[in-house]
Amino acid sequence: MRGNNVIGLIFTNLHAELISELTEKRTMGSVPFGGRYRLIDFPLSNMVNSGISKVGVITKNNYQSLMDHVGSGKAWNLSRRRDGLFFLPPFKNGEEDYRNRISILNSIKNFLSNSREEYVLIADCDTVCNIDYQDVLGSHIENGADVTVVYKRGQIPENQDEPMVFSLDSTGRVKDVLIDPIIEGSCSYYLNMILMKRELLISLVSECVSKNKNNFKRDIIQGKFNELKIYGYEFEGFLAVMDSMSSYFNANMQLMNLDVRNNLFNAARPIYTKVRDDMPTKYGLGSNVKNALIGNGCVIEGEVENCVLFKGVHVGKGAKVSNCVIMQDTVIGAGSNLSYVIADKDVVIKDNRSLMGFLTYPVYISKASVV
Amino acid sequence: MYPKQEVVAMLLAGGQGSRLGVLTQKIAKPAVPYGGKYRIIDFPLSNCINSGIEAVGVLTQYQPLVLNEYIGNGQPWDLDSMNGGVQVLSPYEQSGGANWYSGTANAIYQNMNYIERYDPKYVVILSGDHIYKMDYSKMIAFHKENNADCTIAVIDVPLAEASRFGILNTNPDNSIYEFDEKPKVPKSTKASMGIYVFSWDRLRKYLTEDAENPNSSNDFGKDILPKMLEDGQRMFAYEFSGYWKDVGTIDSLWESNMDLLDPNVTLDLSDESWKIYSRNPVVAPHYVSQTAVVQNSLIADGCIIHGNIDFSVLFSNVTVAPGAVVNDSILMPGVVVEEGAVIQYAIVSENAVIKKGAVVGARPEDIENKDDWGVAVVGDNRVIGEGAVVAPKEMVFEDKEGVN
Repeated sequence: MRGNNVIGLIFTNLHAELISELTEKRTMGSVPFGGRYRLIDFPLSNMVNSGISKVGVITKNNYQSLMDHVGSGKAWNLSRRRDGLFFLPPFKNGEEDYRNRISILNSIKNFLSNSREEYVLIADCDTVCNIDYQDVLGSHIENGADVTVVYKRGQIPENQDEPMVFSLDSTGRVKDVLIDPIIEGSCSYYLNMILMKRELLISLVSECVSKNKNNFKRDIIQGKFNELKIYGYEFEGFLAVMDSMSSYFNANMQLMNLDVRNNLFNAARPIYTKVRDDMPTKYGLGSNVKNALIGNGCVIEGEVENCVLFKGVHVGKGAKVSNCVIMQDTVIGAGSNLSYVIADKDVVIKDNRSLMGFLTYPVYISKASVV
Repeated sequence: MYPKQEVVAMLLAGGQGSRLGVLTQKIAKPAVPYGGKYRIIDFPLSNCINSGIEAVGVLTQYQPLVLNEYIGNGQPWDLDSMNGGVQVLSPYEQSGGANWYSGTANAIYQNMNYIERYDPKYVVILSGDHIYKMDYSKMIAFHKENNADCTIAVIDVPLAEASRFGILNTNPDNSIYEFDEKPKVPKSTKASMGIYVFSWDRLRKYLTEDAENPNSSNDFGKDILPKMLEDGQRMFAYEFSGYWKDVGTIDSLWESNMDLLDPNVTLDLSDESWKIYSRNPVVAPHYVSQTAVVQNSLIADGCIIHGNIDFSVLFSNVTVAPGAVVNDSILMPGVVVEEGAVIQYAIVSENAVIKKGAVVGARPEDIENKDDWGVAVVGDNRVIGEGAVVAPKEMVFEDKEGVN
């Protein structure tokens, strides 16, 4: 059965400044991840797998790579006669502050008011997880909630911009909201995923705009939790937040843990992405690969250990690549030695080069550089 | 009104491929998996779109479900076009009764309506039996240059093997004067590839006459082509050079997969200028663990490898447990190889499970009587029990119980 009366909204530019190297020429949503994906694949697939058949993709700038990747939405089954994918680039040129969620939502007011779905679900692209939003909706209805916020128990990710923490009562209702608190240890932190009725969102946004309030977290969630019934939904699965180059690097590495792999890429809720018709990866004579996640279309003639190789990567004879994230179509020349490197797309590392980073500070090589 | 197409391709995909045994028990031969992610039909379909042919009719008859589902609306091959696209053509009932396709020519004859609506000048006849990359537009240009009625693609084969093929004997200008089906003493080494270009008005005439002839077997090779030659039509041989392999037998299917691992073989599937398209499974990249050893192999997305892989082709979602050994073999999508199992010189079909310690196939070096050796084949969804043995050359149609 298709359709569940929910519109999905994905913010593709927010948090981009936290991994500015990777987002210099692209949106957060189009940052490559996990050997064959882009970050937007996760929220988009989660929504589609939860029965959402109308998704608005909100973007601000640098969105060429995003449009190229998402296209008509076909890979996510969102190229439909009815509903489907809606690209929402800036409309009033430059008038909105695109780091300000309220102003952006106000700018797509027409899209929201012209929709007929009852609910809106909002997600960002910095969070990699496999979540069933149908279950979020179920708990929202069961609780009779006005707003449901998705949270995770654990340590707040390090570099998040204004992290928000909830105290909840035994029924899951939000009793207190703290923004950017000093907390040691475990807490319930917000994942920038929120569900409410479409009409409620429109009226909250209008109210904020009319009062010149412009902080979604402070003015809507924190400002209204006494007035509105805000409930928390705990997400218990694997989660990675991209808030620094090292968290990006670690999240890629975590995919080699088979429990993580099974949780994130489970067959019941697959993560869709644009395909490229590469042939399977070719292992040559003398290739030696240990603990690696490898996309299609690679040619491996050297040694690879603890690495994520995206589609179409070439590792030359005698090259040694360890603890690296190598993005698509990058070529590593014969005899080169790389350790703790994040190489962007189309990089060429010539023969016999040596590049070394460190676990907490991986060396980043920008798109299409020649070393 | 359909947009006119100068060229329509008709792909004969109805054959059973009985020599592939258990592999084609439930699917038609063109749907047989190849090369770690493809099916055989991806090659002619990709060749069509890469050659600029936009209207392709696929004639199906034997076990068409998987093939029909796979072709779908043709989107993976860009054949979901408003100008034509791909159309699956199954036998159907007509006012005079219903007929199965009685032969290759009859299959085309029964679908003349499909061809006519594009009002083409040329019709290309293809089969779904071969692995090759070919620009049909060059062959059509050759056909036009010669003002031919029929052009047949040929490939040079070694003289010693020529007696296994349909050989064309030609004049110096490449015009054909004789067909020699599997000749004992071949006069030439030009083997027909089963790829024909016809001028449509001429083919239509011959198909119609052939259909009225009760003694005809309605076959291109046996009836239409000899009759055209007899009538003195202009028939030419178009010489193709490059990789071309029939994958109609277990041995040739195995060899052709292994060719992808041989750096000396010219078939390059990573060539951007002539891509082979296919339907891609939605799965994560493959994972090779700390205990794995992988060399000289093709591995597709979704595999999880803990064991030893050498000279093998692994399709998507294959899992190989620690201590398992896979050599010189082809594992189709979803195969599970448990701990300590050994697979050598084998083709294991989709979703089969090889339990702990089972042995499938053997190296030819380990077999005394070479006549007893051959590639072992395990059918789809079969389970080979713990410690069970599948002999070389054996074809497994039923589950095999474990040995305790």
